[in-house]
Amino acid sequence: MVAVRNMQRLWGLGVSAIRQHAALKTSRVVQQKAFRLNAAHCQQSYDSSMEKPQFPGASAEFVDHLEFIQPNVISGIPVYRVMDRQGQIINPSEDPQLSKDTVLNFYQKMTLLNTMDRILYESQRQGRISFYMTNYGEEGTHIGSAAALNSDDLVFGQYREAGVLMYRGFPLDLFMAQCYGNADDVGKGRQMPVHYGCKEHHFVTISSPLATQIPQVAGAAYAIKRENSNRVVVCYFGEGAASEGDAHAGFNFSATLECPIIFFCRNNGYAISTPTHEQYRGDGIAARGPGYGMLSIRVDGNDVFAVYNATKEARRRAVAENQPFLIEAMTYRIGHHSTSDDSSAYRSVDEVNYWDKQDHPISRLRHYMSARGWWGEDEERAWRKQSRKLVMEAFEKAERRLKPNLELIFTDVYDEMTPGLTKQRESMMRHLQQYKEHYPVDLYEK
Amino acid sequence: MAAAARLLVKSAAFNSSVSAVCGRVRAPTAGTSLIRLSPSCSLRLKTQTRHAAHFTFYSDPVSTKYGPTTKMNLFQSVTSALDHTLASDPTAVIFGEDVAFGGVFRCTVGLRDKYGKDRVFNTPLCEQGIVGFGIGAATAGATAIAEIQFADYIFPAFDQIVNEAAKYRYRSGNHYDCGTLTIRAPWGCVGHGSIYHSQSPEAFFAHSPGLKVVVPRGPVQAKGLLLSCIADKNPCIFFEPKILYRAAVEQVPTEAYHLPLSQADIVQEGSDLTMVAWGTQVHVLKEVANMAQDKLGLSCELIDLQTILPWDIETVCKSVVKTGRLLISHEAPVTGGFAAEISTTVQEECFLNLEAPITRVCGYDTPFPHIFEPFYIPDKWKCFEAIKRMINY
Repeated sequence: MVAVRNMQRLWGLGVSAIRQHAALKTSRVVQQKAFRLNAAHCQQSYDSSMEKPQFPGASAEFVDHLEFIQPNVISGIPVYRVMDRQGQIINPSEDPQLSKDTVLNFYQKMTLLNTMDRILYESQRQGRISFYMTNYGEEGTHIGSAAALNSDDLVFGQYREAGVLMYRGFPLDLFMAQCYGNADDVGKGRQMPVHYGCKEHHFVTISSPLATQIPQVAGAAYAIKRENSNRVVVCYFGEGAASEGDAHAGFNFSATLECPIIFFCRNNGYAISTPTHEQYRGDGIAARGPGYGMLSIRVDGNDVFAVYNATKEARRRAVAENQPFLIEAMTYRIGHHSTSDDSSAYRSVDEVNYWDKQDHPISRLRHYMSARGWWGEDEERAWRKQSRKLVMEAFEKAERRLKPNLELIFTDVYDEMTPGLTKQRESMMRHLQQYKEHYPVDLYEK
Repeated sequence: MAAAARLLVKSAAFNSSVSAVCGRVRAPTAGTSLIRLSPSCSLRLKTQTRHAAHFTFYSDPVSTKYGPTTKMNLFQSVTSALDHTLASDPTAVIFGEDVAFGGVFRCTVGLRDKYGKDRVFNTPLCEQGIVGFGIGAATAGATAIAEIQFADYIFPAFDQIVNEAAKYRYRSGNHYDCGTLTIRAPWGCVGHGSIYHSQSPEAFFAHSPGLKVVVPRGPVQAKGLLLSCIADKNPCIFFEPKILYRAAVEQVPTEAYHLPLSQADIVQEGSDLTMVAWGTQVHVLKEVANMAQDKLGLSCELIDLQTILPWDIETVCKSVVKTGRLLISHEAPVTGGFAAEISTTVQEECFLNLEAPITRVCGYDTPFPHIFEPFYIPDKWKCFEAIKRMINY
């Protein structure tokens, strides 16, 4: 019983005690046991003779001295890492030992995304598309996590996770079609660029309102749990979005309703211009997980293997145990927030350069591959040329394509057209017949 | 324990409202007789009780169109609809604050025992979470029936409803939708609900393409329309007039049946004037129609709109073309209320037929007050006076 109490106390006092364990594995075990004890406590019978708190709201001991729990933000939850900045595996027992083909695929997907980013970013600067958001510096979080999932695991994202779709095989043509809003776009040209979605690849369509997807994930995971289909739901969001009320809702619902979820937070240091010290004062996002009764970990987001390992294990356990996991991937937003933002207005070029030149997920993986003789200058040159060609072909094709039929303004508001909408569509068409020279009708499919 | 306290407060408030509102239906409760008051005090109490009953429930004529019927009040007819859904659709789940033990208005009584705790369950106390959760469950293919404890508390979920649920299908090009989501919420005044247990927020949602908003006037409509909302392939908000939960009793078909959405119901035909309302206000106008017949010799056509969005323009306009006069009445405040939308549309469609300005008899542009409720609501006398003025225009 003493051991049990100590364990509970450890849990109650929060993560600070857990953090004192240097080895990550130890702390994992402690958290897990504490979690189960907590759940078991609900069964205890009421007995007033025991000098023990009987409050239904928490399982804890009395304490006879006044002491506030101190948040530990100086020595926070450690950052899990598999390889160092030169691509050397640090602890061989943590090496996922992925095959050469798998690693090459990681690298090619990350670099292809990077090439697409550069071309679409430029195209926005030239006014060819209206808006774009790059993924610079966060390619490793996308590919590493996507690779650890099953291809039918349902993904809900924020907007900076194009690499997940890329990994799943979403064609370049359709990325471009969405950004151009052309007739090939599965979204029918209705949303701003980078709001991708694909039913076939189980990637739920992106929407602009931040964090709204987080409680939705809880519901989707609950439905999937009831189907018994051995799937997990994955939810990506930035550290800024984690401040929304919906994040709180989603975390709490997921824990109390025991949903198989991986919450994947991309902590890249900024929400547009707002640095993290204006976003929160605790130990990042990972430290909030235990407060919701959620198993949590922090990983090096520039280490594709660390991301892969954490996601793989979270997936395995989320499905087996029907509980949510929180992964906070530490990274750095190298690009501007979007094409409507100039980040030099609020951060130094030196800071950006450090992450771009010295701690980048792509270059780190390249070091790893070079050390094994899997990739050299020749391969790099050839792949750069080829990937650029692939992207440019898709780009030019998308640009040539007409925009969707104008009738698509009115469909899909409801499953069927309402009489009111039919009338409004007819009214617009009549108007266009009379005033067509004032509208860009020729750019749209007939 | 905090949750239990909250619940007691809410259900206690409701029970007293029932005894106050439905004095005719139910005998005074034991609790009332325990309190001894001086004669002058009890006189004042009686006066208050009489004012609280601002309507008489008119039950529908018994119809066997959908098979055998049973006597049910509105909360029982809601339970019956939910029961049919859980029985016929294995993906269907019901969730919200305090639904597991039967709900603070008793709408989910017995369902958890019958269908299991994974299908009828409590959520944490968080409306944005409830609706977000429901959207996600619907997106993943489940039939999600979410409860918001009072329509007054739906606003924390406004973003999820308006920006997410309503636009899910459109923005994804019909790749993803949350059409199997239904949000139920107790709605409307209750005698003493004050600011946050009385609101009628339908007009806020009527401005949001992609949603359906439905309000029934009695148990028969509640069951048929709720089943239609649940079956509909679009996210629906179903507002249940809480003052009718116990007060409205009628014969309801025991089997499942569907009443069409976006179709108004002509409750009473007439030739001199059209009256449009929904929810409890239909019963107020029914009494007004009788008063107008008795005192002014007028034949009123009464329409229960039933679906606020997308609404049945055709039925309303057809009626106004015939009668030439339109009165619209709702409990919600007048400015930006849904009567404004109806009024404008009818004016556009029936300009040559209108013989008097369209009249709106609605709540005032104030928050819904506690002690002043009898003066706030658009009761039968206010509606009757409006009719007199319209006829003499």
